[in-house]
Amino acid sequence: MARYIGKRLIYMILTLALIATFTFFLMKILPGSPIASAGKLSPEQRAVVEEAYGLNDPLPVQYFNYMFNLAQGDLGISINQFKGAPVTDLILSRMGPSAQIGFQGMVLGTIIGILLGMIAALRQNTWVDYSSTLIAIIGISIPSFVFASMLQYFFGLKLEWFPVALWKDGFMSSVLPSIALAMFPLATAARFIRTEMIEVLGSDYITLAKAKGASGSEIAFKHAFRNALIPLITVLGPMTVGILTGSLVVEQIFAIPGIGEQFVKSIMVNDFSIIMGTTIFFSVFLIVVILIVDILYGIIDPRIRLSGGKSS
Amino acid sequence: MEKILQVKDLELSFNTFGGEVKAIRGVNFDLYKGETLAIVGESGSGKSVTTKSIMRLLPENSAEFKNGEILFGGRDLTKLSDKEMQKIRGKDISMIFQDPMTSLNPTMPIGRQITEPILKHQKISKAEAKKVAIDLLRLVGMPKPELRMKQYPHQFSGGQRQRIVIAISLACNPQILIADEPTTALDVTIQAQILELMKDLQKKIDTSIIFITHDLGVVANVADRVAVMYGGKIVEIGTVDEIFYNPQHPYTWGLLSSMPSLDTSDAKLYAIPGTPPDLLAPPKGDAFALRSEYALQIDMEQNPPFFKVSDTHYAATWLLHPDAPQVEPPATVVERMKKFPGSRYYEGGAVYNGR
Repeated sequence: MARYIGKRLIYMILTLALIATFTFFLMKILPGSPIASAGKLSPEQRAVVEEAYGLNDPLPVQYFNYMFNLAQGDLGISINQFKGAPVTDLILSRMGPSAQIGFQGMVLGTIIGILLGMIAALRQNTWVDYSSTLIAIIGISIPSFVFASMLQYFFGLKLEWFPVALWKDGFMSSVLPSIALAMFPLATAARFIRTEMIEVLGSDYITLAKAKGASGSEIAFKHAFRNALIPLITVLGPMTVGILTGSLVVEQIFAIPGIGEQFVKSIMVNDFSIIMGTTIFFSVFLIVVILIVDILYGIIDPRIRLSGGKSS
Repeated sequence: MEKILQVKDLELSFNTFGGEVKAIRGVNFDLYKGETLAIVGESGSGKSVTTKSIMRLLPENSAEFKNGEILFGGRDLTKLSDKEMQKIRGKDISMIFQDPMTSLNPTMPIGRQITEPILKHQKISKAEAKKVAIDLLRLVGMPKPELRMKQYPHQFSGGQRQRIVIAISLACNPQILIADEPTTALDVTIQAQILELMKDLQKKIDTSIIFITHDLGVVANVADRVAVMYGGKIVEIGTVDEIFYNPQHPYTWGLLSSMPSLDTSDAKLYAIPGTPPDLLAPPKGDAFALRSEYALQIDMEQNPPFFKVSDTHYAATWLLHPDAPQVEPPATVVERMKKFPGSRYYEGGAVYNGR
């Protein structure tokens, strides 16, 4: 196992280097410059500023400088959004709110999604099943920002249960954005669990469990559930992506001082180092999630545990 | 002999989009204590459905009992609630399925799969249940059972998995063991081992077995009595010798003729022509009449009742009616009948025991 994880870590570093390289050159191809939007500067002043940030160096030099700093964990400093502040600090200080709504959304969505999917499968072709499917379709097809606005309108403006867009009331402020983020994992989990449960419930070992005298709930929870979870774990990765991309917009809508909000703003003002830093941060996060998913796989499915064991 | 299970006039239908499929159309048989009753027939003849209806394992929303009763221990199983059935399943009646590769839960260690029915049906501690499970594994011939308990199904071969399924089925010393084609998915050498094991175990724990198969070779090997099913009915029932050496129903003749044997000299193997009847609209008379070269006019119109051949042997064919014309069975069947005392072709000598 340790060797397996070690091998994976090396791949992770390689992947990150590739992502950093790719993003770096993409950023350089983009028109505009961080300084262009910074106000009216004379060409001489511009040249001075560009020189100060090393933007006049030849591209390969810039690239190697960047990668060298990155290897030491230095993501550079903000060029115009938070002039001079280290990007690492900016990201860390903004991580709290993002992590909170992301985590709440993911947990809420997955748990409710699994429950909905289970109930739908156990009550197949009844109104329960149809309404659960409907919720899943809505969750997949309505983008999170539309859903977020609806939540703001009904629960914020009309009912006044939660603040519309104010990050001051701690947990209360996080409820609506978490729900908005939860819709995607909820819908995904519900669909996957329903399909898989129905298939598992029709399998031979479920009939054998029945023939042993197991009751309906024992069959559903002791025998079917774990087997139905396996494909859901596969989509945990994409679900996390959904949360990440969703949070970019949702944070903007709910005025949450999170990474997503900062990311969007930094793109608008071309703050090169923040864009790079956030992209790399998101990538690290995702790659770690994928590793966790693979380890989870082994815990839930013994067949995979063993074949992974060959490399340990 | 003591009757342990009685199936009387059982009729069962599946409600499908296409209409009502009459899968079982009046099945009668008794199961005696300690015997092995084989149910043979081709796919779709209703043999699996019959046994699954005894266990009530058919989908509740589409399968429906139309008539008849299944008497076990003084109770009619068709009328029991789900809760009451759960107490019988796995304890008094247990089942072995066709495909051992899929009948074990892939994410549960086999030890827990064996102890599950024990803990469910007996007041016994987990540690004791574990001991019972280890003994069961030893009984079915699994080497190093203590180590094997923690392993998962994918770490066993097909034959070993079927041994585990057998161990599960025997966990509570059932009175009836239903084996639904338990050797069909296994290769021939493993088949033989599993059959030997089942015969051994039956002697040890004195259970009655209903053995479903379409393999007549297996029947000859394990069965005391044989019921031949066709089109949702039993068409002939008798001891294994009576069915193999004095068959009366044209369908049984067809089955026996299509079985290859060592002395079959002809290059071409006989096959019954035609296809099984459509049970959405079952034929009026004898369901086999349309495929039978021995069919009489009355076979098309009226369902034949059971005619008694001996105390243990009954067949549902109009050919046994006193007014029916004498017909000559196929040559291979006549060869068999020559060896059976009491058949009209008997030429003397002892009967070949089916085994």
